[in-house]
Amino acid sequence: EKLGLGRAALPAEIAAWDWDINAKGDGLPVGSGDALDGEEIFAEKCAACHGDFAEGIDNWPKLAGGADTLDHEDPLKTVGSYWPHLTTAYDYIRRSMPYGNAGTLSDDEVYAIVAYILYSNDLIEDDYVLSDENFMDFEMPNADGFIVDDRAEAEYAIWSGEPCMTDCKDSVEITMRALVLDVTPELDTNAGATEASASAAPEAAPEPEAPAIDMELAAAGEKVFKKCKSCHQVGEKAKNRSGPVLNSVVGAAAGSVEGFKYSNALRDAAQDGLIWSEAELTAFLAKPKAYLKGTKMSFAGLRKAADQAAVIEYLKTFE
Amino acid sequence: TADPLIVESQDWAQSFGDGVDATPYGLPIEYEGDVIRRNVEWLTADTVSSINFTPIHALDGTITPQGCAFERHHSGAIDLKKSDYRLMINGLVDTPLVFTYEDLERFPRENHVYFCECAANTGMEWAGAQLNGAQFTHGMIHNMEYTGVPLRLLLQEAGYDTAGKWVFVEGADASSNGRSIPMEKALDDVLVAFKANGEALRKEHGYPVRLVVPGWEGNMWVKWIRRIEVTNEPVESREETSKYTDTLEDGTSRKWTWAMDAKSVVTSPSPQAPITHGKGPLVITGLAWSGNGAITRVDVSRDGGKTWETARLAKPGEKMALTRFYLDVDWDGSEMLLQSRAMDETGYVQPTKAQLREVRGLNSIYHNNCIQTWWVRENGEAENVEVS
Repeated sequence: EKLGLGRAALPAEIAAWDWDINAKGDGLPVGSGDALDGEEIFAEKCAACHGDFAEGIDNWPKLAGGADTLDHEDPLKTVGSYWPHLTTAYDYIRRSMPYGNAGTLSDDEVYAIVAYILYSNDLIEDDYVLSDENFMDFEMPNADGFIVDDRAEAEYAIWSGEPCMTDCKDSVEITMRALVLDVTPELDTNAGATEASASAAPEAAPEPEAPAIDMELAAAGEKVFKKCKSCHQVGEKAKNRSGPVLNSVVGAAAGSVEGFKYSNALRDAAQDGLIWSEAELTAFLAKPKAYLKGTKMSFAGLRKAADQAAVIEYLKTFE
Repeated sequence: TADPLIVESQDWAQSFGDGVDATPYGLPIEYEGDVIRRNVEWLTADTVSSINFTPIHALDGTITPQGCAFERHHSGAIDLKKSDYRLMINGLVDTPLVFTYEDLERFPRENHVYFCECAANTGMEWAGAQLNGAQFTHGMIHNMEYTGVPLRLLLQEAGYDTAGKWVFVEGADASSNGRSIPMEKALDDVLVAFKANGEALRKEHGYPVRLVVPGWEGNMWVKWIRRIEVTNEPVESREETSKYTDTLEDGTSRKWTWAMDAKSVVTSPSPQAPITHGKGPLVITGLAWSGNGAITRVDVSRDGGKTWETARLAKPGEKMALTRFYLDVDWDGSEMLLQSRAMDETGYVQPTKAQLREVRGLNSIYHNNCIQTWWVRENGEAENVEVS
């Protein structure tokens, strides 16, 4: 029985709010865009958080990469590696992005951004025009990677019944302690709170000959370094982000920044005694993935020799 | 020697305290200033899309005061006046409708106590003991008495199509946080709520109106709810595909894992609530809950799971609400490995971490309802540990 409360929603009101697009594509607006357009829009409106290459800055979501990592330790879940439906990307970007300015993108801009994200995941060519007409043809790599909740069958049957009350195990050993990790925020009243672990004393290294730094070149390198900044910090307060701190990197042993989780590839190279000499750094920066297969550095590389030299000179100023 | 607090006259026993108008809407006394929500900065990039934690180690009973109940926002807690509030019901209905806040208060309403737990609660502990305190390991939960209108009544008012299998719900904030809910649940016990613990919802909990989805993961409890669409298909939005899906060891992921399974934790003693009184009478207490029904029993172990004692429930368990348990013991001052294990009315027994990992691996993130262990030392301090 109805109470006669509320009023009829007007078509214009429904149109203003009813934006959702379901996994079958119902609700996709007419429009199109390609990754070339998308790259520009992305650089302007998305890259501050998601990085120029959709690789994600700090804790912001990574949108690209991670293919075939879902059954590994710490899988990288991105639009390319994880999302089952491309409609989700369109729906979410159109309604909720850009962050802090939601719902301001045109339908074509959203198509272009979605195309750029696909391109960043190596799933389409940069000139592939994504539109409402071919959108549903696109098959996501992990489309078949989901099952409907099966806890009732897979778990509930095992974890039920009268539980053990006595002599449930022979011995009990502590196998892991939270204090060892020390990631709990400091609390005034926390009796168990740990003192911030004393940072390792800087190693007493032999005084090297201070190499002369070409300040002009270093200044040029500072500009180039903008491309690196989304992942790497330098200077006194630098912290490891998605890439390690780069203070004193020139001439240092590879893989030696404390607290940074390097790729296996880089750890192997470090074990083999790799030193980041200017020559090695130059080769790495030119084509990171070719230089070191398996590196975490998701950066295409600095093509110009002048840029490579400049950024290395700039890094030399951070001892 | 005689206690000066007794034998010497004290200020508070001589002169006046505050008058009745000193705090028209009161806050806790300053000495309780550490009983607050806390954030773990490294978890997220930005506080407007983040979560904080209820200080469960310092609370007792079961009702969480709104002021310290954990917050989760996807685009910040928005400022939305009742007079600016609109709720639309559209999709597969006879008449798409718009309700004002006042309209909602004219529907028959109900009161229910329910817990709201983030699917990621305890999620940081999958790979091992990580955060040192019940607030951080288990504080993405609160439990309130909600006043609201059954969603069923609003759907009836709009004349929903009985063939519609889903409702899509979204909020008025910039994230809109859309989620699909099966029609069966929507018609069962979902509430469109505007009061919690007797007072208006706090801003951070969705003022003026939020959805309450009993027993199901907190993300579905859409705040600032502005639209409910009856549909044939789930939307498969970001929050129901890329997030809030549980990846298993072989790389496949479970979706639609809505219900929060039975779980419990000892809130005291715990790392933030050490034993300060030495040996002798000790109250061990904690919370238990299940999204699949009422808690029927909680067992406590003091030796890391070798032997268990059945704890006393403060009240019989209620469906989809927190239950407080107590174990009153005579502590001999020796080390303890404290654990609690909940059972619910379906016969489900809270699993160990090892049992969970055996089925799901380490990458599930969500729905970690493992048995928690606190290592209590002779000096009364406690630490989050894992045991064999």
